[in-house]
Amino acid sequence: MRVQLLALPRVSPRFVQIWRRNFLVWRKLAVSSMLGNLADPMFYMLGLGFGLGSLLPEVNGIPYITFLAAGTVCYSTMNSATFEALYSAFSRLHVQKTWDAILNTPMNLDDIVLAEALWAASKSVLSGVAILAIIWVLGLSRSPLTLWIIPLTVLIGLAFGSLGLVMTALAPSYDFFMYYFTLVITPMVLLCGVFFPVAQLPSVLQSVSAVLPLTHAIEVVRPLVTGRAPQWPWLHVAVLAAYAVVAFYLALILTRRRLLT
Amino acid sequence: MSALLSLRGVRKAYGTNEVVCGVDLELNAGECFGLLGPNGAGKTTTLRLALGLTDPDTGDIRLLGHAVPRNAREARLRVGVVPQSDNLDPDFTVFENLLVYGRYFGLRDRDIAARVPPLLEFAGLQARAGARIQTLSGGMKRRLSLARALINDPDLIFLDEPTTGLDPQARHVIWERLKRLVAQGKTILLTTHFMDEAERLCRRLAVMDRGRIIAEGSPQQLIGRHIEPQVVEIYGEGASPWASEHGQAACDRCEQVGETVFCYTRDGDRVLALLDGREELHYLHRRANLEDVFLKLTGRDLRD
Repeated sequence: MRVQLLALPRVSPRFVQIWRRNFLVWRKLAVSSMLGNLADPMFYMLGLGFGLGSLLPEVNGIPYITFLAAGTVCYSTMNSATFEALYSAFSRLHVQKTWDAILNTPMNLDDIVLAEALWAASKSVLSGVAILAIIWVLGLSRSPLTLWIIPLTVLIGLAFGSLGLVMTALAPSYDFFMYYFTLVITPMVLLCGVFFPVAQLPSVLQSVSAVLPLTHAIEVVRPLVTGRAPQWPWLHVAVLAAYAVVAFYLALILTRRRLLT
Repeated sequence: MSALLSLRGVRKAYGTNEVVCGVDLELNAGECFGLLGPNGAGKTTTLRLALGLTDPDTGDIRLLGHAVPRNAREARLRVGVVPQSDNLDPDFTVFENLLVYGRYFGLRDRDIAARVPPLLEFAGLQARAGARIQTLSGGMKRRLSLARALINDPDLIFLDEPTTGLDPQARHVIWERLKRLVAQGKTILLTTHFMDEAERLCRRLAVMDRGRIIAEGSPQQLIGRHIEPQVVEIYGEGASPWASEHGQAACDRCEQVGETVFCYTRDGDRVLALLDGREELHYLHRRANLEDVFLKLTGRDLRD
């Protein structure tokens, strides 16, 4: 009887209690946590949007700040899930041994990984919706289509949360996450159309961009901000869903290998 | 009476390193069973196997009537675990730690809230419900870990080295609480490398070394079976020459560790007679205890 590393997830409905645990911690630290999650993307958006935007003509037919705001929703959503799934989840796994404590109850590791992915996605929704609220308040978009962005932040959060959990399952220490940021997150931020249209890039970089999940998030969110229907909504949703599912399964296998064998 | 926990022919290797090499173990309802062994003997892995946290390579495990690891989740509903190092939630208060842990067992908040006060009283933490974990002493954290393990009113409690790192006062409090639990009819499986702990608490013991159980029985049985009934420890500068001169003749078995000579014997008076008038030698005459058995069975080499 070998550990069934590749087994499909077996989850109990009690996994919700792990999500609630994280929520209860977050509620205690909500103010500082929200500041950290929101202030950074917000200042980028406002500073670059108004500052750089005043020097630029319209980008793709819309004011630069609106263009940037749509990218920032996705960027902020990605960041929230990433930080939660890397640093916070790693603290619970490795430093505080919270996962070990949970494993001594009728929970299993699949419950924990699922709860962590959903929790990371929950933080994403919060960040994404906060930027969206700023868009509404500043009048950058008044389209009811922007409401579609809320369910999309769940999906984007799940994709990046799961990717983050893959890294966490492999990490020997916090330092390991620098690789992920330098090699994955930073290129993603600069190549996927957060700050400028992907079409401005050389064709090689455009090809790289085409396979990155953040590109697909932005491709579907930006038209919604400008009040248009995205061109291939289901394609982008499918790519994000594929990232979420594959990364989640991989995170599960690697976490099982780390803790159960 | 059927066993609450049984392991048969259980083996577990990590890579090429076999850490549990064919363990058979049976735990009966209402007993306090001790698993003794030096560091790295395989005690913690045996506990993890019994809880279904890691899969055996071969062997059968049954916990509270459930096949493990297949139905470990159901079995763990009725089990409490005190881990070797505390993993309490540092972001929560004492009360919140118990609340959140109880939820993992599917308990309703109302039921947990009703269970917490008696548990805090049991743990001597009734005035600390709102305290943060960082403000608790090591002994308090251990007692809270014990209270947490009881939140689901388990039939069987696993304790992995429950008093390691505690001061003597705190250890005595833990021992007294564990005795109370056994008196209430709980079944306990504890691992330890403190012999006094095992001798005080456990009705039955198994000594484990290098992945195998090498002796089993009550503390008295183990002492009677494996070692001479009396020990004279002789120390001081002249101990070593004295041992070379009289050691063989004076006792059944003579061991020297550093400057101390251990004489294991059935006739302590004979050793004492040979020490008569040797003012430079200090000695201690005592009954053989579990530690003597343990050292004889597992050797005096350091285990790191």
